[in-house]
Amino acid sequence: MTAQLPTLPTGPAAGPGDGATVVGESLLRGAWHRLRRSPLAVAGAVIVLLFVLVALAAPLLAPYEPASTQWAGDVTPQSVPGPSADHVLGLDSFGSDMLTQLLYGARQSLIVGVVSTLLGLSVGAALGISAGGLGGKVDTAVMRLVDILLSIPSLLLAVSVAAVMGQSQLSVMIAIGVAQVPIFARLLRGSMLSQSRSDYVLAAGALGIRRRRIVLGHVLPNSLGPTIVQATLSLATAIIEVAALSFLGLGDSDPAVAEWGRMLVAAQERFGNDPRLAVYPGVCIAITALGFTLFGEALREALDPRQRR
Amino acid sequence: MTTMTSATTPEPAALLDVRDLSVVFHGSHGDVEAVSEVSFSVRPGEHVALVGESGSGKSVTSLAVMGLLPTRSAKVEGSIRYDGDDLLAMTDHERRDLRGAEMAMIFQDPMTSLNPVVPIGVQIGEVLQRHKAMTGRQARNESGDLLARVGIADGSRRLGEYPHQLSGGMRQRVLIAIALACEPRLLIADEPTTALDVTIQAQILELLRELVSGTGTALVMITHDLGVVAGLCDQVHVMYAGRVVESAPRRPLFARPRHPYTGGLLRSIPRLDAPRGEPLTPIPGSPNDALSWAAGCAFAPRCGNRIDRCTSQTPELAAQHAYEPGYEQALRCFNPIGEETS
Amino acid sequence: MLRFTLRRLALLVPVLFGLSILLFVWIRALPGDPARSLLGERATPEGIRQIRALYGFDKPLVEQYWAYLGQLVTFDFGSSIRDGRPVTDTFLEQFPATVELAFFAIVFAVVLGIPLGYAAARRRGELVDGAVITGSLIGVVIPVFFLAILLKLVFAIQLDWFPTSSRQDARIDATHITNFYVLDGLLTREFDAAWDAIVHLVLPAVALGTIPLAIIVRITRASVSEVLNEDYVRTAEAKGLHPQVVRRRHVLRNAMLPVLTTIGLQVGLLLSGAVLTESVFAFNGIGSYLFDAIAQRDYPVLQGYILFIALIYSLVNLAVDIGYGLIDPRVRVS
Repeated sequence: MTAQLPTLPTGPAAGPGDGATVVGESLLRGAWHRLRRSPLAVAGAVIVLLFVLVALAAPLLAPYEPASTQWAGDVTPQSVPGPSADHVLGLDSFGSDMLTQLLYGARQSLIVGVVSTLLGLSVGAALGISAGGLGGKVDTAVMRLVDILLSIPSLLLAVSVAAVMGQSQLSVMIAIGVAQVPIFARLLRGSMLSQSRSDYVLAAGALGIRRRRIVLGHVLPNSLGPTIVQATLSLATAIIEVAALSFLGLGDSDPAVAEWGRMLVAAQERFGNDPRLAVYPGVCIAITALGFTLFGEALREALDPRQRR
Repeated sequence: MTTMTSATTPEPAALLDVRDLSVVFHGSHGDVEAVSEVSFSVRPGEHVALVGESGSGKSVTSLAVMGLLPTRSAKVEGSIRYDGDDLLAMTDHERRDLRGAEMAMIFQDPMTSLNPVVPIGVQIGEVLQRHKAMTGRQARNESGDLLARVGIADGSRRLGEYPHQLSGGMRQRVLIAIALACEPRLLIADEPTTALDVTIQAQILELLRELVSGTGTALVMITHDLGVVAGLCDQVHVMYAGRVVESAPRRPLFARPRHPYTGGLLRSIPRLDAPRGEPLTPIPGSPNDALSWAAGCAFAPRCGNRIDRCTSQTPELAAQHAYEPGYEQALRCFNPIGEETS
Repeated sequence: MLRFTLRRLALLVPVLFGLSILLFVWIRALPGDPARSLLGERATPEGIRQIRALYGFDKPLVEQYWAYLGQLVTFDFGSSIRDGRPVTDTFLEQFPATVELAFFAIVFAVVLGIPLGYAAARRRGELVDGAVITGSLIGVVIPVFFLAILLKLVFAIQLDWFPTSSRQDARIDATHITNFYVLDGLLTREFDAAWDAIVHLVLPAVALGTIPLAIIVRITRASVSEVLNEDYVRTAEAKGLHPQVVRRRHVLRNAMLPVLTTIGLQVGLLLSGAVLTESVFAFNGIGSYLFDAIAQRDYPVLQGYILFIALIYSLVNLAVDIGYGLIDPRVRVS
């Protein structure tokens, strides 16, 4: 039912402005210029870049093997060894090297974030494009489904899916991906519809260009901007939701996989004595999510043709 | 028409007297001088036009008079005297007391100038309640009468309607009712007909003329359309790139334009009495081509009368011999029409 | 207005109908024997027979669905596998606690968020704006449960300003009429009890309300900035109205339209966020019960609660739609 709600002025569902006839080179170049000028955008881009680099280079950067619990004996119910020469950030609550786990955690967040977002994007886009492009009964059916999915808060939707799928990395990715589906479906349908009514599509139709070519050649490229923006923001959501699923006991149960959410949850018991254990992974989650959010927001403003002067 | 002055007595005190007005906007790309060296005055009951293309500074001038420019980003200098009092020296509170009561404004776009979620009755009534200390009921009754006066039949029954239920012409009538609610002595109309259909334009102009004539209300008409000027205004100031380039009473201005820009504006109006087949002559270029006034005349790039001096020296606004007493006549040009040097 | 409401209400029916099908399929999609998986490791032959009888797994699918639908419309969602209590009963019992929490959270978010967003829009590009925007960004990216744990550690454990858990001090023998503890305290004139309930609500409400706060701040800022540039605000200023009147009648009334929608959407966030916050503060609402249900795969509870939450979420957004229609005359006619 949320589909009937009025669109927010800055909402992701807001279609491209009337100036967005074609994502031309000038628009992209203008966007690039605006991006570079905004300090928040630069900060976001730097965080995202660092995060991706760390995730990719984790095996090179990490001092130890991931999930190695060879120091588990040093961990007692009362205390976890703190920073030392061997372990720059100390051990984590499982007795692994904290730095190693954080670095590999980035890798894990990137994989889960990207896969789940791609999943949500591809299924959502397929639904949205067919709804917007075909219209009629397909549109009604798809939008009803989207309404139903949107009537469940996204975390609970992910929980339901994860509960069915069991505890595994794949299950987490699917669960988070499914929760993104209605968002992308609505975004692309809205974008398609607003453009189908735009003058340039009508003009193309009047010139006798086939519908499929109009959709593929004009409408889709124009939906690209908002879609990329939403995908960037979804990455932030995904990274936070992975942690939430871990907190709910629905995360990846494989102990060999370093995962920020699980580190955070495990640290909860020791939080009073040793906040370091929770603060490190917690801050990693927050900063990464912040990076994607900043970058996504800046991208949205940069791609908005109304911003052009 | 205003009272004529005899040679011995000074002309009657101006209701509005703007001297050396300049408005500078500070933006992220540096400061932009939107208006400078603008001087003009309006006597009670007089109808004055500020004419120019978009970007000429005419709207900014009127907003400065009303005190509606954003205080954070716009720096207003010079003097604006209303009834002898310097508006720029007043507190915000004092200016608010004048706005809507003593001076009122009608805006360009009636489609966006009314609050979409407030009934029109409230939007008219609130100005009466603010300045005339009316109760809600009194304001309601008065609002209904006002609507009737601006030609909305059944006015009192339509007070509960919302702007989206009215046509553009109707909305402009509502805005006029709001502006005239407190019988202001100064009315500023900023392109009041530009956004309307041609047939409605004439009706709205006729309505404005009816409402301001005979009430002693002074009118400042902001427009790019000399056709509007012809029917309504006594004194005309033509603006270009933030400065006045020619001031003259209506008749001499239309009969003998001096500034090439004024001439260009006149030539671009279609005329019924023009010989058949004679093409309209647009002014070449666009206002975006305007240079700053720092290094010569800003109109020079588009000017057919350009001489060397125009691009090296900035012309001053020089007072001219007045053809009609009591009017301002001035010109900012090195090579005016009719006395070309080369 | 009535037709508008009825039409919106009618649109809700297919959504709920579809949701019931989805949940029906969901229960059957559980891996393995649904009855066995419903019971998990605790499966006894007796239990399995009960579940089979309860869901009618032995009958044809369509018949099963009709039976299931019959149960749904009578709000019969079965019983919890853990404590055997009917799902509807526990939900109704715990719901006031969560409503109370969500209410305080949204009040916190709105009361703080709208003025902050307004101030940021008014002073766009200045220091205030930067601080508000930065704060709201941090607010959105902190995982809710991390924030809850952090607040508990600092303000309950170390500073000892607030209690660490539960809804009311156990030593207070308060009378409960509605199960809204604050309201109960006021109704029975036991103001100590009401105050104690409020003190217990502060930290969970702040933890739960932070994301909505951040989002409301951002939407308010965006919306107010847009409205401030509208011609009708200039018209209002040209009338010489007092700045307060301009703000209330002309700026806020328009700027609040998208904010109102956002608040409605936040309800979903609050209900799911409650699952994450309530358990940290051992706050006995639907959230902490659902948390345990998830941990122990208590599927009847999961299914019933999700359906309830979806219903409430939809109803709240319906109410928001209607409220929108009340404020914005343009929606009413369209």
